[in-house]
Amino acid sequence: MSLATQRRSASLIIFSTGFVILWLCLASLPFLWTLWGSFKVQGDFFSKADWSYALTGVRTQIETGAAFTGDGYFGAWIEQEFWRATLNTAIVVIATVVISLTLGTLGGYALARSGYRYAFWLLMAALVFRAMPHITLVSGYLLPFFQWNLWGHLPTAIIVLVAINQPFTLWMLHSFFLNIPKDMDESAMVDGCTRFQAFRHVIIPVMWPGVITTGLFSFLLAYNDFAVTGMLLSQQNQTMVPKIASFLGTTQVEGNVMFAVAAVVSATAPLFALVMFFQRQIVSGLTAGAVKG
Amino acid sequence: MKHRSFFWFILPSLAAMLLFIALPIVSVFVQSLFVEHEQVLVVTENCGPFGCKQVTSVDVEATQAMVEKAPLGRFNGFGTYINRNHLAFAEVAAAWSSAQGLGDFAGKVMNLPFYKALLFTLAYTFIVTPLVILLGLAIALGVNALPKMLKGPTIFFSLLPMIVTPLIGSLILFWMIDAQGIIGASLQILFDDPDLSLKASPTLTWITLFVYGVWHSAPFSFIVFYAGLQTVPEDTMEAAMIDGATRWQRLRYVVVPYMTPLVTFIMLMQLMDNFRVFEPIVGFSASANATSLSWIIYNDLRGQDTQLFGSAATTSMLTIVGVCILLTPVLLRTWREFNRKAV
Repeated sequence: MSLATQRRSASLIIFSTGFVILWLCLASLPFLWTLWGSFKVQGDFFSKADWSYALTGVRTQIETGAAFTGDGYFGAWIEQEFWRATLNTAIVVIATVVISLTLGTLGGYALARSGYRYAFWLLMAALVFRAMPHITLVSGYLLPFFQWNLWGHLPTAIIVLVAINQPFTLWMLHSFFLNIPKDMDESAMVDGCTRFQAFRHVIIPVMWPGVITTGLFSFLLAYNDFAVTGMLLSQQNQTMVPKIASFLGTTQVEGNVMFAVAAVVSATAPLFALVMFFQRQIVSGLTAGAVKG
Repeated sequence: MKHRSFFWFILPSLAAMLLFIALPIVSVFVQSLFVEHEQVLVVTENCGPFGCKQVTSVDVEATQAMVEKAPLGRFNGFGTYINRNHLAFAEVAAAWSSAQGLGDFAGKVMNLPFYKALLFTLAYTFIVTPLVILLGLAIALGVNALPKMLKGPTIFFSLLPMIVTPLIGSLILFWMIDAQGIIGASLQILFDDPDLSLKASPTLTWITLFVYGVWHSAPFSFIVFYAGLQTVPEDTMEAAMIDGATRWQRLRYVVVPYMTPLVTFIMLMQLMDNFRVFEPIVGFSASANATSLSWIIYNDLRGQDTQLFGSAATTSMLTIVGVCILLTPVLLRTWREFNRKAV
């Protein structure tokens, strides 16, 4: 925008900057607070005397002899075997992202290139599927999975997450493929490629920006899921989020809330890294659907 | 694209969706028609020195055998739909005939678990969604006015509440509003009330959950509006300025109309996501004061010794109907647009 339309009065600048700063505090302080507090003992993080103890660490000094303590992390990762949940999350998330992108690119490509009416109906059906609350689907799975002994295994959760991911992946990749000119693969086909060869040699080399963006959102969906992983996985195979939920249910013992706090911070760290490295892709992905209306 | 190659390309994805989204809906419907077996009771007479006593106990083996023979339970038709835990026709009718005035009637109906959850879900959906849109637009306008250098970091921090796992996000806030946490303690000092607790009263719990919802979703609408603001044409803005439009008028008559399609998009996404509100209720341990449709399904499925599949399935069916009603206007609109394009 040029300077002319950008010029504004001093009071407006102060007001709008102040508003943004207020929002930034709201958005980021809870995380910083929890990160800081996760190195304290429970007596400080939930201080009966004065909330500022959480900053200064008075009780932490008394109980452990230092201003910071890694007890919460030790308890969560080693005693409560949070590492196992982390491993499970890694397996589930990676498998889900890889499989759903593979299926999604094929499907999204087909939807983008087919001008027939049924392609539109498929997209509409996908939209309805996208709106289904996950827990309603889970209530459909549970009994059959119990009967067929499928319940509790990682592959089950992976395939379910892939399926739940599909509507979104299809929509997103469909709109990305629409942006790739039709002429490219059609000219390849004129030169004698089959449809799949055209896809393989012409489309795949240029599709990566869209696929990476979609992959990020598949990652977030699988990583953040609680309804599916919480209900379909056995204790042994739990991923991080249900594991954190189970900390809360069982650990009313003094000090154990800090396990949950430490686990929460541990589980948030990868998300921070993700936003840091892929901010541009996330922003473009969020707006991809919107700009096309 | 030919039908044949279209079919092979879409097959894996379609199969996944049919098997794990469409079929479960059928499964939910079938399950909703059944109800758990009654436990087989055996009455035995225990005779001791002080006379005989009749003792009723559960015949575990016989019950087990019945469950194995028919895992779905016994057929109940639409019985589960109208029982007290769901649509509760009988209870609603009774409340209607005995209630003094509309308020009393509403109060009685809201004591029924399904209606209570429905009310919260709808309230959450229709209060959080507009607030998210307004707040997102405000942040986008604010950030857009910042110097270029600061925009990147601002967007980074703004994204955090949205990107974080809902359960984790709600736990983080929950710990802070704890009476012994920073916000909870500060509020107690601020209102000079040492017993003030955001968890105790239903109203405060609802407000807390709404605030969480807005906090969680505002970044999404902010990002969409921010991207939209970059596309507002400079010429129109300048033309409006030359015609003497004030800043407010330019916002109202130039920027906002450009944002309308985005509002529709955000509203659609938000309605879908907010209607399934679930994790914050677990995270905030708010189930005593606020339950949502998703939460009652979860609660039925998680049942300690018996999982109420029939009951969960019935609530799921009703939820699905709700989703369809919610989506109908959108689908109709898209359909009309598609037809217009086709012509």
